[in-house]
Amino acid sequence: MQRLPDAVIESRASLAAVRSAAAPVLSVRRLSVAFPGEQGRVRAVRDISYDVAPGEILAIVGESGSGKSVGALAVMGLLPPHTEVHADEVRFEGRNLLALTPAEMRALRGGGIGMIFQDPMTALNPVMTVGDQLTEPLRQHLGLGPQQAQQRALELLGLVGIPDAVSRLAQYPHQFSGGMRQRVMIAIGLSCNPRLLIADEPTTALDVTIQAQILELMQSLCRRLGVALVLITHNLGIVSRYADRVLVMYGGRLMEQGATTTVLRSPRHLYTAGLLSSVPTLEGPLTRRLSAIEGTPPNPVFLPPGCPFAPRCQHAQSACADEPVVARTDVGTESACRRAGEMAAHRLQWRAPVPAQARDAAVPALTPLPMPPADAGPLLQVESLEKHYAARPGFFSRGVGVKAVRDVSLSIHRRETVGVVGESGCGKSTLGRLLLRLEEPTAGRILFRGEDITHRRHNALRDFRRQAQVVFQDPFSSLNPRQRVADCISEPMRVHKLAGSAQAARAEAERLLGLVGLRPDHADRFAHQLSGGQRQRVAIARALAMQPEFIVCDEAVSALDVSVQAQIVNLLADLQERLHLSYLFIGHDLAVVRQIATRVVVMYLGRVVEIAERDQFYSQPQHPYSQLLMSAVPGLGDGAAGAARAAIPIRGEPPSPSAPPSGCAFRTRCPVAMPACAEQMPPLHTLRGGHQVACLRHA
Amino acid sequence: MAKVLLHRIAHLLFTLWAVATLIFCMLRVLPGDPVEFKYISEGGSISAEQLQVQRARFGYDQPLPVQYGRWIAGLVRLDLGVSVWSENPISQEISQRFGITLQIAVVALVIGLVLALPLGILAALARGTWLDQLIRVVTVTGQSVPSFWMAMLVILALLSTTGWIPSIQEVSFTEKPLEHLAQLFFPALVVGWRLSSVNARLLRSSMLDVLGQDYVRTAHAKGVPPPRVVWRHSLANALLPTVTVIGLEFAGLLGGLVVTEQIFNINGIGRLLIQAISFNDLALIQGLVMLFALIFVVVNFLVDIVYALLDPRVRVH
Repeated sequence: MQRLPDAVIESRASLAAVRSAAAPVLSVRRLSVAFPGEQGRVRAVRDISYDVAPGEILAIVGESGSGKSVGALAVMGLLPPHTEVHADEVRFEGRNLLALTPAEMRALRGGGIGMIFQDPMTALNPVMTVGDQLTEPLRQHLGLGPQQAQQRALELLGLVGIPDAVSRLAQYPHQFSGGMRQRVMIAIGLSCNPRLLIADEPTTALDVTIQAQILELMQSLCRRLGVALVLITHNLGIVSRYADRVLVMYGGRLMEQGATTTVLRSPRHLYTAGLLSSVPTLEGPLTRRLSAIEGTPPNPVFLPPGCPFAPRCQHAQSACADEPVVARTDVGTESACRRAGEMAAHRLQWRAPVPAQARDAAVPALTPLPMPPADAGPLLQVESLEKHYAARPGFFSRGVGVKAVRDVSLSIHRRETVGVVGESGCGKSTLGRLLLRLEEPTAGRILFRGEDITHRRHNALRDFRRQAQVVFQDPFSSLNPRQRVADCISEPMRVHKLAGSAQAARAEAERLLGLVGLRPDHADRFAHQLSGGQRQRVAIARALAMQPEFIVCDEAVSALDVSVQAQIVNLLADLQERLHLSYLFIGHDLAVVRQIATRVVVMYLGRVVEIAERDQFYSQPQHPYSQLLMSAVPGLGDGAAGAARAAIPIRGEPPSPSAPPSGCAFRTRCPVAMPACAEQMPPLHTLRGGHQVACLRHA
Repeated sequence: MAKVLLHRIAHLLFTLWAVATLIFCMLRVLPGDPVEFKYISEGGSISAEQLQVQRARFGYDQPLPVQYGRWIAGLVRLDLGVSVWSENPISQEISQRFGITLQIAVVALVIGLVLALPLGILAALARGTWLDQLIRVVTVTGQSVPSFWMAMLVILALLSTTGWIPSIQEVSFTEKPLEHLAQLFFPALVVGWRLSSVNARLLRSSMLDVLGQDYVRTAHAKGVPPPRVVWRHSLANALLPTVTVIGLEFAGLLGGLVVTEQIFNINGIGRLLIQAISFNDLALIQGLVMLFALIFVVVNFLVDIVYALLDPRVRVH
């Protein structure tokens, strides 16, 4: 992790100290939440205490199931009935929220306390106009009449940066983009001058450039209006760039809490330290493997006694099974780790577990593919590939044609990982499906080992499919819920008649499970009995069952928790080394792509705008879009170097792929666009070192 | 919009043509000759020559392709042909009886909706309580008891409690409005209850679905009072699947009327269809089936429009 200049740290820390000295807006003491679940009583939150001051941003960070959202919903009184909420106190501006009547609580919700939810696609009512949804709390809480409410709604839309507010008010949510919808949610949250805003993963569903815009907006509004912000997130980069203080949760408990820069620079909890080392970064030295935390986050029904992290902790002692005690550390933070003192004295550091490879030496490997001769040429080659979707009119609407992939040429060499990055709608997933022949290309050629497979059919296509496999994003929907893991893995072997008998297929499935770090007894489970990370391992085993040479990983780690994501990234790297695989790694997270890819392809609205070797790309991105993407990613070092990277202002949103701008599609958002950019699409131009970029500034 | 509308109408005409062809073929495949049936069934006798003359009179002597051609050509001119049994034009037979059936159908639809809305919403809000269970008993009964049985129970119940049943003779609205309405109400109740049961169960599940949606949580987070959350934020969304099913259920409603009219002795088109089938009056059966098909497609067309009004996402921009 990057070190910050001390002056910056001190100024931020002192700012945080000043803020927290003011009377807190929200003060939570020993909050616990439990509810009955199917497997037993779920103790979602235990003994959480924190304060938020006016104008302060407190990040609550944790992996899924850590209780971070439940804790916030408990403060809002939004949990379903039959939920047990206990606390010594939950005070908002001095009033004990737990003692309020439902009507009093309702008067606060949307009034004094605003809330913003994760998914702007589903959080707005699809059959009500944006104006109705925005004026509703104004009339409810402020008692405004229709005209006044309308006037205030217009002001609010202006405040959150939605142009053309008058006509926007009469529109429905589906006529807004995701980013614009989240701005509407922020406008609703801020509508009645709240003193506290709770934002639950407000940007998780958004693209990285939109994420940066939304978070900048929230940060500046909170500062300007003096609103306290509780920002719930799983993204440590966001914490680093935007939060004054951070509270780390795990297994429903508080692990560590303190000023952001201090906690991130000098963690005093082994979980925080482990989590920080799991996060891939955009700068700093690269190691071949991330130092991941082993295992998976605990099931909140079956929490271990004492520290919930102990079962995954390399340094757990017998004392860790006792009730954890939150204590002040040498750097002024609060930590629940028994070994915080040793960490402070530099006697203890988070150590990555022994690499799986050394430990799994007993697992028999698959026969690695013979090393190809050095001059064997690329494994896969794509020439001027195009994919157009025709217009398909619906009952009441006219369809619009989309050119999803336009004039893409690239090659993938043996044992290489090509990372494809871009925002949603840029065509990266379509490109992956085209390469697998899951979609028919409209034009262009695909060569695999030098043979044209663009128009292969029947048996020839099936032969190709054996050698090219895929791992999808969502392991919850990509595994058949009615199949046991063993059947799921051996089904492709049956289809391709690779296994002699049922016993042989079973044995092979168990061997593959070992290869991806699962146990043979996982073979008899169903997908729903596995965690997200385990499911993704099964999906990888299923792809490996064909002994392929080439695997498309379509956002394969995007749905996973940080600690699990690091494990899967490591697994993919290990498998590549052992089996000489080639990957096309499609992702939106530039830091993850940096960790795994050897070459990076950037796409924008169907076109490739930049191709470069990894180190070249990350040290000196050439296309203005790549630079913009890079600056939008919040990194752990932010506050100093990150602030410099964030200096590129981000304009607008990606245009609709069905109506791309003329010439260079990026020119509408480009900080260095010239009049000539509107006239022609610049071709990919090769700079020194094989760095290719499609920009007139470089032509 | 005009283009979309034309597209829809072309679609609709194609559906009607397909129904016309299908019913023509099905009736020709089944055994039995309408003319023979008319003159021989009730112990009558007729010479072979006479029969041939009568057949020729109604056009049944022609080869099937010619009959088919005449049937389709007639449809284009809105001429459904002549009933063999009554020798009246079929359009006249239908128009005499259509009014009463339409009145019952509309009342049944109203009853169906008026019962379904509160039952479905209450069941969803009271999920898992005794009230939910009670509503479930009512709606499951409504769905599973056949119309004819329910019709007889209603008549028996009326007789045993009040000793009165609606007049068997048709009463005109202008002379005795109340009695006319009573005559409509009970058959409509039988059919409408069934419709409401289906819709109430559907509304309950879609309401539960909507109440768990993120935007309902947003409404609570804005401090919207619970009644408004139900009426303003949830109901329009929950009605969407229900509206679709009403269109489909309309077929069931017409089917229910065929049986119910028979039991309540109402001289509507449902009864006419039963008569047509028992007399093997091919042209009349064809005409009635076309009428049902027309009602069905028009209702579903209307449902699409209502859907677009309720859901801004499917509107034309």
